[in-house]
Amino acid sequence: MGAAIGRHWPRFGLDRAGQIFLALVVGAAVLVPILNLMVAETSALYMPTYLVSLLGKYLCYGLLAVSVDLIWGYCGILSLGHGAFFALGGYAMGMHLMRQIGDRGVYGHAILPDFMVFLNWQELPWYWMGFDNFAFAMIMVVLVPGALAFLFGWFAFRSRVTGVYLSIITQAMTFALMLAFFRNDTGFGGNNGLTDFKDILGFNLQADTTRVALFVASALALALGFLLCRVIVASKLGRVLVAIRDAESRVRFLGYRVERYKLFVFCVSAMLAGVAGALYVPQVGIINPSEFAPPVSIEIVIWVAIGGRGSLYGAALGGILVNFAKSYFTGALPEAWLYILGAMFIATTLFLPKGLVGTVPIWGGARGRRQAATDHG
Amino acid sequence: MAETAPRLPLDEPVPAEAADTVLYLDGVSVSFDGFKALNALSLLVLAGEMSAVIGPNGAGKTTMMDVISGKTRPDRGRALFKGDIDLTKLDEAAIAELGIGRKFQKPTVFEHQSVFENLELALKADRGVLAALRFRLSAAQRARIDAVLETVALGDARRRPAGALSHGQKQWLEIGMLLMQDPELLLVDEPVAGMTDAETEQTAVLLREIAETHSVLVVEHDMEFVRALDTKVTVLHEGAVLAHGGMDVVQNDPRVIEVYLGR
Ligand SMILES: Nc1ncnc2c1ncn2[C@@H]1O[C@H](COP(=O)(O)OP(=O)(O)O)[C@@H](O)[C@H]1O
Ligand SMILES: [Mg+2]
Repeated sequence: MGAAIGRHWPRFGLDRAGQIFLALVVGAAVLVPILNLMVAETSALYMPTYLVSLLGKYLCYGLLAVSVDLIWGYCGILSLGHGAFFALGGYAMGMHLMRQIGDRGVYGHAILPDFMVFLNWQELPWYWMGFDNFAFAMIMVVLVPGALAFLFGWFAFRSRVTGVYLSIITQAMTFALMLAFFRNDTGFGGNNGLTDFKDILGFNLQADTTRVALFVASALALALGFLLCRVIVASKLGRVLVAIRDAESRVRFLGYRVERYKLFVFCVSAMLAGVAGALYVPQVGIINPSEFAPPVSIEIVIWVAIGGRGSLYGAALGGILVNFAKSYFTGALPEAWLYILGAMFIATTLFLPKGLVGTVPIWGGARGRRQAATDHG
Repeated sequence: MAETAPRLPLDEPVPAEAADTVLYLDGVSVSFDGFKALNALSLLVLAGEMSAVIGPNGAGKTTMMDVISGKTRPDRGRALFKGDIDLTKLDEAAIAELGIGRKFQKPTVFEHQSVFENLELALKADRGVLAALRFRLSAAQRARIDAVLETVALGDARRRPAGALSHGQKQWLEIGMLLMQDPELLLVDEPVAGMTDAETEQTAVLLREIAETHSVLVVEHDMEFVRALDTKVTVLHEGAVLAHGGMDVVQNDPRVIEVYLGR
């Protein structure tokens, strides 16, 4: 396999496991539309639309997990605030969807979303301007999380805040944003958040075809996000990141500006998280401040640890599988979920330090030693 | 009698003898919670030569390296590189970019990456983020890495994770990384700690070779190794220069004997 890696996927450094993962994601993007739109509803193979959206949601979590793995698995930056970037991307999308409602809201105001009418606001706040335009909103989906990550990282990395201190201030960041978004006068719908969306690009959000399209978009975003991260970690930049993870100060003495490297991946990661949030919101139909809650961000890190840190596809699988389990258990045993999650996390830490994919031979085994050394820190 | 090393008062213009120096420490003091690790230390490193600093444990040798490489800011004094660049105003990356490479006392290599990758990381090249993203190893660069692998006798271990090397091999890998950086001045901190006698001897040969084309500042507490380096030595004690001169002279200096044997 080793030679094939170099020949076919030189820029991505994709090993077999990565290729299988990519094939699965792309395969789902092809198969799910067929199973939903082309198979008769009476058939055993028919995939109901609610399931399509549920899977789409998992894919968004998968992308979110990949974004966390890029910085944590490869650069040792343990962000416990990535839910904030996800939520900001989600809010940017939500604001667009709110503006799309137009005068079809409960109060029938042509411009103001319902919650603003309810609060007796007379005009749209300046930061809501432009969100009626899809392209503008999509730019904001990456720009807002990216800008926050840049600001945060600029100060944190330059002053060399690392380890648990960095983790704590990322928690503080997402907590502060949660408080701000909970307030009605911040202008994002307070604790109800943004909801009651009608359509996207003119397509009804309840329609099967729209749901399927959003699923496909999520699968493609995951595949492209994964490949983007692969390009980064397979380059020399990726080897510098691993070096920073393992011996940060040594890297400085080689002449690398560690803070710039960290800032770069932190921003890329935040933007990917923003994209994940933007695709998540139309599929679940709501975004509210609870997404900023500190425990939400901690949970993301647990997905990555369970799936397998430092391989990207492991993180994605963790995000998908843990949330699948979550859906199941919160239905079957609602009170028990947090304990189950905690138990899974502890069990992984104790028995599967490389996560699920580091343990299953097909994922972890067939790779060259060099690759494994770099990837599985 | 050993000749005493130059002790220069602070805040003077660069003195004449600093002209052909690659490094000139001028009254450097560092204290940790009131304890003076370096006490108005002044020292010259001549361009294109090997200089050795010896001293017992705790003499301040590593702290001196920390000041030169930007890890520690001194309370007082300057560290002038090539006459007029004050290193105490710069950070680690800037100092490394100027052409000062460092080997640490405790060998520090990137354990999860291969020997080859360790050298590739050290290879002199644009250190920018985007340059790293686009980086492709050229044939000439690959040949250089191969050559250094030979020099430090790690050719057979090129694909092994650096973490799997023996202690002595890690020391050599770190010296190899220094060579990849191709610095003007190499700071080498206790390169033979934990090495066998044979390895120690080879290391001395290697460093002498390197010193033919680079300025090298070696720090050691092993007198025999320093003798093998065949160069003038400066003895450091309690953060200041105790003696300076040829190894024979220094080794017979009663003050040096006292600090080495009096412990
Ligand atoms: N970061 C530090 N904090 C406190 N004391 C230190 C620190 N670094 C070094 N020292 C002290 O400074 C003295 C000189 O240490 P060092 O430069 O490592 O000596 P050497 O390398 O010559 O053995 C020692 O007494 C050591 O304990
Ligand atoms: Mg020391």
